[in-house]
Amino acid sequence: MNKIAYYPGCTLSNTAKNFDLSARESMKALGWELDEMPKWNCCGTVYSLASDNLINHVAPIRLLVRAQEAGHDRLTTLCSMCYHTIKMANHLVRKDPDKLEKINFYMEPDPAYKGKVEIVHVLEMLKKDIGFESIRAKVVKPLNGLKLDCYYGCLLTRPKEAALDDVEQPTVMDDLVKALGAEAVYDPYLTECCGSYHTVMDKDVVADKAGRIIESAKKKGAEAIVTSCPLCFFNLDARQKDIAAKTGRAPGLPILYFTQLMALAFGLGPEVCMFDLHYVDPRPLLKAKNLM
Amino acid sequence: MQGFPLGYRPVDEGGILKPANERIHGGLLAKVEEISGEKVFRCMQCGSCAAGCPMHDRMDISPNQVWKLLQMGEVEKVKESKSIWACFSCYTCGVRCPKGIDLARVMEALRQLLLRKRRDYADGNKIPEETLREVPPIAIISCLRKLSG
Repeated sequence: MNKIAYYPGCTLSNTAKNFDLSARESMKALGWELDEMPKWNCCGTVYSLASDNLINHVAPIRLLVRAQEAGHDRLTTLCSMCYHTIKMANHLVRKDPDKLEKINFYMEPDPAYKGKVEIVHVLEMLKKDIGFESIRAKVVKPLNGLKLDCYYGCLLTRPKEAALDDVEQPTVMDDLVKALGAEAVYDPYLTECCGSYHTVMDKDVVADKAGRIIESAKKKGAEAIVTSCPLCFFNLDARQKDIAAKTGRAPGLPILYFTQLMALAFGLGPEVCMFDLHYVDPRPLLKAKNLM
Repeated sequence: MQGFPLGYRPVDEGGILKPANERIHGGLLAKVEEISGEKVFRCMQCGSCAAGCPMHDRMDISPNQVWKLLQMGEVEKVKESKSIWACFSCYTCGVRCPKGIDLARVMEALRQLLLRKRRDYADGNKIPEETLREVPPIAIISCLRKLSG
């Protein structure tokens, strides 16, 4: 069994437990153990764009120090926002040694960060460490006949310093669902923003933006949307209630994490997917496709 | 020294010609460039940022107009707009810009000008309890980090 240091972040230990559990179990089936860091802190969730204030980069750098302390050269995460923030902060201090020195000085008595830890997303591991052919070989219950819209959102592919795939036309999730036996539909809204944190202050914006994404997915014939971000998941799933209130019709399109699809295809059962956490219940669809 | 049309070349006291951008630099615009790390005079008004912006319909000043107004020294006008709060840094404008300048960084700098003066847009105490219960933690943290000082 291979091991990699894993940073779950706040949301995967809170509202997105379905993402966390299905990821741990399906990665185990692929021979990789997601080894949770014994000590971790909040990553800050958003990367600060103000170039004259370094205090906002301390949180992600401190996380990288924790990984470095434990002797890891790689750290994996699932949440798009964590991945983006840590990767951008890592990029910043690697590019600018002066800034790294200042942050290290501030973080004393923590050991200094040397800039050697690599942050990788689980999707990158699936592509590079495991390979889609090996994933295909592990499938016991192919997702035949399931039409899926892979939605990447903003932070997984932008800007190019943080991108895990092409900035405009990413394909990694499409390749994954195809390896699992499902059909991937092309949706032009694949990297459009879902409304992000406006969901706290202004539900209406999110109902608009997420509604547009869902509508486009339905038009393309998708039966569910696949995502990798807990905030996109919330905006697309739970905000369907607000979309219904605004437009008068409920979209009723299930939203799934890519790890839940892996768990189903590897025959790990619906228990690890925790479908009770979804607003739009995907179980009727999965039962109709004989996947549950 | 604000509001000169581009290309207007005022003469300073020593009788030396200075380009307009040097004249309207300084003050707030210099601060915006310092915080963002972007050069506003690199924008050539192609409009790619506005065309790709998912929040364009919620803005009173469109993304390309933000660049233009800054070039004209109208920092105050942009600073008081709805646009800077509508932008949620999805980076679409930046990756599509043919000049490689990032409006998301400029928007952040403009928000910072206000947030550093204690002019918060979001108030954590005013978020309804029902919202706090339903949204994921990352939503609340990112909202308060972006919209309050």
